[in-house]
Amino acid sequence: MSQASTSRIGWASVTPALLWTLVFFVVPFVAMAVMSLTQKEGGFSLAAYAQFFQNPSYWRALVNSLEVTLIVTALSVILAYPFAWILAFIVPERWQRLALMLAVLPFWTSYVVRSYSWLLVLAEKGVVNSTLVNLGLLSEPVQIANTRAATVIGFVHFFVMLLTLTIFANLKQLSPNYRKAATDLGASGFQTFIHVILPLTLPGIMVGAFLTFVLAIGDYITPQILGGNNELLMPQLIMMQIGRRGDFASASALSLILMAVVTLAYLACARWLKIERA
Amino acid sequence: MTINRLTRRLFGASVAAMALMGSYAAASAADLNALVWCDHSDPNLLKPFEDATGIKVNVKEFEGTGAGLAIVEQSQPGDWDVMVIDTVDVRRGVERNLFDALPEDQLPVAEIFPEVLMDQHSKFDGKRYGITEKFGYNTIGFNKSKVEAADMETLGVLTNDKYKGRIAIYDYYLPVMGLAAMAIGKKTSELTEADLPAIKEVLQKMKANAKALTDVVASQTALATGEADILIGGGEWVTAGIAKENPDLDFSIPKEGAVLWSQSLAMFKDSKNKDNALKFIQYIMSPEGQARLATSSCYWGMPASKAAALDADQKKILRFDEQPEFLKRAQGYPAPSEDLDKKMQDLWTAMIQGQ
Repeated sequence: MSQASTSRIGWASVTPALLWTLVFFVVPFVAMAVMSLTQKEGGFSLAAYAQFFQNPSYWRALVNSLEVTLIVTALSVILAYPFAWILAFIVPERWQRLALMLAVLPFWTSYVVRSYSWLLVLAEKGVVNSTLVNLGLLSEPVQIANTRAATVIGFVHFFVMLLTLTIFANLKQLSPNYRKAATDLGASGFQTFIHVILPLTLPGIMVGAFLTFVLAIGDYITPQILGGNNELLMPQLIMMQIGRRGDFASASALSLILMAVVTLAYLACARWLKIERA
Repeated sequence: MTINRLTRRLFGASVAAMALMGSYAAASAADLNALVWCDHSDPNLLKPFEDATGIKVNVKEFEGTGAGLAIVEQSQPGDWDVMVIDTVDVRRGVERNLFDALPEDQLPVAEIFPEVLMDQHSKFDGKRYGITEKFGYNTIGFNKSKVEAADMETLGVLTNDKYKGRIAIYDYYLPVMGLAAMAIGKKTSELTEADLPAIKEVLQKMKANAKALTDVVASQTALATGEADILIGGGEWVTAGIAKENPDLDFSIPKEGAVLWSQSLAMFKDSKNKDNALKFIQYIMSPEGQARLATSSCYWGMPASKAAALDADQKKILRFDEQPEFLKRAQGYPAPSEDLDKKMQDLWTAMIQGQ
């Protein structure tokens, strides 16, 4: 096959992906960038961006988003890793498929329904408080719903499932020879995990963690339903600009700032975001 | 076409087109395409009209005037026939040249409570562009088995430490800031930037006592589940619909008054089905339509028409017979200028962020 025809086949193969990206990413991105600079009364201005940097409430929304997202990502990784480990190495092979299905079962319910369910579970008269009071561990119910803790719980419940899948896939790709070789060389189980398994599964962890970060920082539903609006995160602030006032310049500027943060997060962990066959 | 409009079109084409495609695909020339709030999606409201006229009503729900007008800007002229809009925002549609004048002689204007017609917001150059269909109050909603009734008769409850941790605040800045203004003796129609620092003090005290800020659904949930005993900004729209299951839920109109909300129907200038649009508006304003709209499954509210065909129980729940007295004490929804609106929203944001 000539080089020219190989090149044509190559272009034909990537054209659908390029068109998709152009239509559903580049065009909306450019439109949003232009809109963020466009004044209602006409003309261009950086006012929407200036507003973010000058208004402490707006700045606070970004800090809140970062705090919540980092807590959620860390907790999700800490919980998902042992879960994935158990699925990959302890659950017998023939039960793994069923166990995985059970692990992702909560994905089958609507995200909104799941969030409202958590609200009822965490309410003062909900299952958690009632149980703790009945067991005598609490003298009276405590406020869990409508707090940052509730938002974190709702997020972690969802993202542990996602991370479990990515880490499980990574663990299953590991050749058992690595563990055997480490043991032969005198490494303890803990040393094998720290010096061999963990570094080799880091790409899977980072892919899952990055996905968690991106999805959590842009999520509106969970903090809106479970957080009780006792603090604003960036997606809520963005929605607020649109709701009554239809202030698309501010909403676009805030969205692009959020996107810049995600880009920075990507650059920070880019070196690990590659899947290599172990 | 301005750059602003062009970019919105691009935005619309890439973001909203797919979402809207479903509703357009189902539409035909004989249909009616309505941009509505959730109370208009109730089959009990729409089906009698569809059965009687053969006109299929395609509804698309939205929340907030800004979001509704954005959908219109992203659509082709003629895509939409009627729109539900805050009465104080009818002007925004008229200024954008979106709405057509309504034929007053073909509508039961005389049957509407005069206080909710709000001609200053819906009538321009002698022509009516919006007709009030439903109204109510942003006031104090509460569980009467958990609070002292006398405390609910004054807006002092907004900052009363007695109910700390048992209060939810309806998360919409205009009506709640209106209530805060009334609590310190300001008139909602005369608010200026100079009033904001005093309003901020009230908001901060409110927030310190509150458990959560809640949207429409969460407001109902909070009162119904006992998560909150008092809803600031609540009213019949949150308590009436669930009154049968929760007879202890009620609302008061404090001695200082309450904020009057009202929603209107408007007809689009570019509508291709103006006859159908007018028939729909006439149906909604008819005694039967008014009763069904007032008791819609999404939320209840007072029918704008005194002739609404409500039964005795429904009237009792809505406190229909007390309306003349309530209306005397109510003040209009704040209708700030663009600049003041922005400052009020920023103040609300600061309150939520504890700043």
